[in-house]
Amino acid sequence: MSAVYALFGVTLGGMALLAWRGAGPHSGIINLRCNALALLAAMWLAGDVLLNGPQLSAGGLLYIDSFNVYLVALTAFVGLTTAIFSNPYMAHERELGRLTGRRLRLYHSMYQGFMLAMYVVLTTNNMGVMWVAMEGATLATVLLVSLYRTPESVEAAWKYFILCGVGIAQALFGTVLLFFAAEQKLGVGGDALHWTVLNQNAALLDPAIMSLAFVFLLVGYGTKMGLVPLHNWLPDAHSEGPTPMSAILSGLLLNDALYAVVRCKMLVDGALGTHLAGNLMMGFGLVSFLVAALFLHRQTDIKRLFSYSSIEHMGLMTFAFGVGGPWATFAALFHMTTHSLTKSAIFVTVGHAAQLAGTQRMDRIRGLILTQPAIGWGLLMGTAAIAGFPPFGVFASEFLVLVATMREYPWLTPLLLLGIGLAFAGLFRNVQPMVYGDVPEGQKPIVANLWPVALHLAIVLGLGLAIPAFLGDWFNQATQLITGMAP
Amino acid sequence: MSGLLTLLQTLLFVFSAPLLAGWSKRVKCRLQNRRAPSVLQPYRDLFKLYRKEPIVPYPASWLFRAAPYLIFASTVLAAAIVPLVAVNLQPARIADVIVLVGFFALGRTFQVLAAMDSGTAFGGLGASREMTISSLAEPAMLMAVFTLAMSAHTTNLSQALHYVLDSGVVLRPSFVFALGSLMLVAVAETGRIPVDNPATHLELTMIHEAMILEYSGRWLALIDWASQIKFMLYGVLIANIFFPWGIAQETGWQALGQGIGAIALKLAVLAWLLVLSEALFAKMRIFRVREYLSFAYLLSVLGMLSYIILEAARVHH
Amino acid sequence: MSITDLDLYGQAILLLAGLITLTSFLMLGQSRLPRLVMIFAVQGWLLAAATSLAAAVLDYPHLYVSAAMTLGLKGLLIPILLQRLMLRLGLHREMDTLTHPASVMMGGTSLVIFSYYVSLPVIAHSPLVTLNAIAVSLAVVLLGMLLMITRRQAVAHVVGFMSIENGLFFAAVVATYGMPMVVELGIAFDVLVAAVVFGVFFFQINDSIDSLNVDQLNKLSEVEP
Repeated sequence: MSAVYALFGVTLGGMALLAWRGAGPHSGIINLRCNALALLAAMWLAGDVLLNGPQLSAGGLLYIDSFNVYLVALTAFVGLTTAIFSNPYMAHERELGRLTGRRLRLYHSMYQGFMLAMYVVLTTNNMGVMWVAMEGATLATVLLVSLYRTPESVEAAWKYFILCGVGIAQALFGTVLLFFAAEQKLGVGGDALHWTVLNQNAALLDPAIMSLAFVFLLVGYGTKMGLVPLHNWLPDAHSEGPTPMSAILSGLLLNDALYAVVRCKMLVDGALGTHLAGNLMMGFGLVSFLVAALFLHRQTDIKRLFSYSSIEHMGLMTFAFGVGGPWATFAALFHMTTHSLTKSAIFVTVGHAAQLAGTQRMDRIRGLILTQPAIGWGLLMGTAAIAGFPPFGVFASEFLVLVATMREYPWLTPLLLLGIGLAFAGLFRNVQPMVYGDVPEGQKPIVANLWPVALHLAIVLGLGLAIPAFLGDWFNQATQLITGMAP
Repeated sequence: MSGLLTLLQTLLFVFSAPLLAGWSKRVKCRLQNRRAPSVLQPYRDLFKLYRKEPIVPYPASWLFRAAPYLIFASTVLAAAIVPLVAVNLQPARIADVIVLVGFFALGRTFQVLAAMDSGTAFGGLGASREMTISSLAEPAMLMAVFTLAMSAHTTNLSQALHYVLDSGVVLRPSFVFALGSLMLVAVAETGRIPVDNPATHLELTMIHEAMILEYSGRWLALIDWASQIKFMLYGVLIANIFFPWGIAQETGWQALGQGIGAIALKLAVLAWLLVLSEALFAKMRIFRVREYLSFAYLLSVLGMLSYIILEAARVHH
Repeated sequence: MSITDLDLYGQAILLLAGLITLTSFLMLGQSRLPRLVMIFAVQGWLLAAATSLAAAVLDYPHLYVSAAMTLGLKGLLIPILLQRLMLRLGLHREMDTLTHPASVMMGGTSLVIFSYYVSLPVIAHSPLVTLNAIAVSLAVVLLGMLLMITRRQAVAHVVGFMSIENGLFFAAVVATYGMPMVVELGIAFDVLVAAVVFGVFFFQINDSIDSLNVDQLNKLSEVEP
């Protein structure tokens, strides 16, 4: 348990320190070090849980089992690599004059604040506190989306705030209904909102109220996740903010929202016995997957293109969790990892490409591979990875999802294949001219630290070839937890 | 015995209506720091008008001459069925709220037809404005009384009053909304500020006055009296439906005396409130009356919804 | 059970529920911004009164703390903050008139009916009459969303958002005797931070498009020119 407190302490301390000293030249390094310490704490926690089993804190407020400890470790890792990237990138932005010292201070302290909110979402046992932290994550990042103060970014941030705020209010209503259902059967007391207590007594809870609660929770947390038709804020917010912001929003926040939905699904499945929750998730997931794949073709901004790719992958993961069963759940968990790593790597590369070309419009970015091969190759490999090329890990997880769907719902598999194909076409149609086209005049290489990108892509490649034993065990345990069956 | 009491109550109603008008005028003058005429002045005005020779406009038909009597008759009939001092009287069996609204509509129809019959532009103007207002006010009023009817499970006024009396002091949200709605509608239907100014003769602002502009002599007296009775009717409805305590439930002398005292007090307070609002608010422009009455309708719909959602007994399965 | 079976306190809670719905409707129709904020403050006071009554009826002292927090935050702090922002940005003279008030009001009424229909399974299984108010709380949430949809001024959007939170808080009070204290504190903190962030946003939007009419925030769209 002390590992969790260390994690919280480091992040909170980092936030306070950066709020005070974040405008100085060393703020990026401080941010980086905080994230490194957080990663160490997360690894310690993971080891603890893997050896000793699920842990419940005193008072039942925090609960760590294999499902969320793996997400905590992933969050800490991506947070660290993005911080490594963000250090020189933001310093460069400051040199270009696009940011002031005050805004950098806000950026760095809110970066840590966002990480803290996400750790709380992942580790808390109390569904109400989970909601509070999710809303807290929105609040921490909303001012960062409008960091550049252009009219487009202000609009994107406003849209993000309003849409996510209203959406997540629905989730609060769902949480109230959940609490009501629990109090009805378990009596009034503070622990009726604890996930462990709810999970234990799920069969007692009233099915009508639980299904109503799940609808509200799915709509609420689904808005945060970017499920169609609640996704309108996502392309704007992810494309207008600074690149490190896009990386962690796409890579981490969406995962956390999906985690919240899956926790709720576990409760509802226990209460209902029917497949209602799964069907709803499958429906929303499939629609998101197909619609996003279609929208990919219309984009002209490079970051919007990849935001739609995020929506598409989150849709696929929701669909997989909705299908249920050990294969699909294992595939979905695996996909969460690979998508997170690949997407953050892509956004890092895209940020550099945009800096290189001076614009985010895809029709004006050309010849990346000739000007700076590292960026060109990074973009090409990243796109290949996210589109589902073998032998990258994304291919492996998508393949597993397809296999699982073939077993349970064979008539849905053509739709999945269609979506994958459409997304593939959309991505490559746009990326190919960017990487290979003629070099425009005056395009020079920039200072870029592409090690995080290389590291992420290497990991994803490795996962695609062979999942290491400890990771496989981790996923198995989590699958066991979620579905009650081993793959 | 009961028939005699009914007749007495109706006569009391009809003959104390000018008193209420006089009292309102007195309160208004005091608020405006003027010297008020006597409370009995409306009686003198009616008597004066009665003795004057009525004039008929050239294009008018028999309707113009018959209308005042019809208006007065329908208003007196409406007064007969509303419980004033006692609840258990003879007309109780036909004292249905829909019948009441029907009587109002009858009076209004003849008022409007007579106004158009006079052939002047003012008549047509007043008639069209009056119909606009009442087409919006009537649904609001009906919805408000239906809210009462839903609680009491009957549309009969005296049975509804019995029900309210028997349940004691209950804070019902639906009644609060219905009260608000009925007060707004009452102001609109009786032609008071902020909907219509009873003392104006400007073309821009006349509604009720425009319809009776051509009337004189005993016909004008009858119409004025009818509008005073209507004013008292709305006051009695509001007072007795929502605050019925004090009304006589048996026919003993003591109970009846208490009933008279109670209704006199309630009407005095209501008149005071109305005059206060007249002093505080300015008259609205004609096309804003639509928003005002839509708000009254909204209140009564909310009252109905409050009843269904918050108050009604649910059937357990 | 009907309302006559409740004691006076329970009836008062239901009456306050009805009045809270009325304030939501009044906010829908109000075109002047300072008055809109005033009605929102009144809704906060009514909510605090209902919570204190519930604390007295059900004998849960921690609800008094919740009531005090609601009164302080939604009844005083946020309205004062919004009024000061409006004065600074010169918004108190702007009119945000509805284009179709009748349709909006009818839409509001149908939302009330819809929320009653949705809450029927929740209400059916409990003998408490005060639980009927959960339909009212969902109605307040939906009416807050309708307020946000039909308005163009950013201040109206903030008021709508806070009104949604009011409805959710009312739901928690009526259905579950208040959430656990840690959750209540967290939600209050979130609302406070949200209000501060909104304030910062007003200045950013005003600097960027020189007005707070969010219809003019339309540069980002799917249909690229």
